[in-house]
Amino acid sequence: MRARRSREPILWALFGGGGMMAALFLPVLLGVLLVAAPMGWIELVAFADLQVLVRNPLVRLGLFGLVFLSFFHWAHRFRYTLYDGLQLSHLNELIAILTYGVATALSLTAGYLLWSIG
Amino acid sequence: MNPDYRPYHPKWFRRRVPIFWWLRQAAYVKFISRELTCLLVAYVAILLLVFVAAVDRGEASYLALVGWLSQPMVVAFHVAVLLGTLFHTVTWLNLAPMALVVKVGGRRVPARAILLGHYFAWVACTIAVAWALVGP
Repeated sequence: MRARRSREPILWALFGGGGMMAALFLPVLLGVLLVAAPMGWIELVAFADLQVLVRNPLVRLGLFGLVFLSFFHWAHRFRYTLYDGLQLSHLNELIAILTYGVATALSLTAGYLLWSIG
Repeated sequence: MNPDYRPYHPKWFRRRVPIFWWLRQAAYVKFISRELTCLLVAYVAILLLVFVAAVDRGEASYLALVGWLSQPMVVAFHVAVLLGTLFHTVTWLNLAPMALVVKVGGRRVPARAILLGHYFAWVACTIAVAWALVGP
C-alpha cells in the first residue's frame, strides 16, 4: 500500500496563519470601521480617501490574505470543534468537505471581488 | 483527534459521553467558546468584504451600509462580536510561547519575551491600522 502524504500540515499552517492574522488585525478593523465610525464615536478619513485606500492594490492584496486565511482558520477549527464538541468524528469526510469547501468558495468570491474593484 | 489516525490505533473501551459534556465545567465551556470564536473570525472577514464592496460602489451605498451598521441592535451585536474577537486575540497570543520555540545563539528565548513580542506586535498593528483609517 502506498503511503499517502498527509494534507494535515498544510491545513494546520493555514489555520495558524489565519489565527495570527485575525488576532492582530480583526479587533481594530471591526472596532474602528464597523462599530465606532458608524456610531460617530470617531471620524474616518474623507470618503474619497477611504475609496482610494480600498482600491489600492497592496491594500486589496493584504485584505485578500487576511480574509483567505481567516476563512481557512474557521474551516479547520470548526471542523475539529464539531468532532470534539458534538462527537461527529464518524462524519469526518463529509465535515471536511463542507468546511474546507465553504472556505474555498468564500476565498474565491473574495478573490473575485477584490480583483474586480478599483 | 483526527479520525484518520484511528484505524491504526488498538481498539479501546470508550464510555459514551453526552453531547453537552462541555457544559459540565467552566474550563470546558471556556475551551469550546474559544474554539467557536472561529465563527466570529469568518463573520468579520465577510463583513469587511461587504464594507469594501460598498465603499468601492460609491458614497450612496457606503452611507446605506453605515445606516445599517448604526442601528442599535446591529451595534449591540457587533460590540458582542468585538468582545468575542478580543477573546480570540488574547487566547491566541497567550498560546504563542507554547507553539513557538525560538533559539538565539543556542539559547531558548524565554516564554515571557515571546509573549511580550506578540502583544507588542498586536499594539503596533492596531495603531498602524487605526492611523491609516482615521488619519493623524
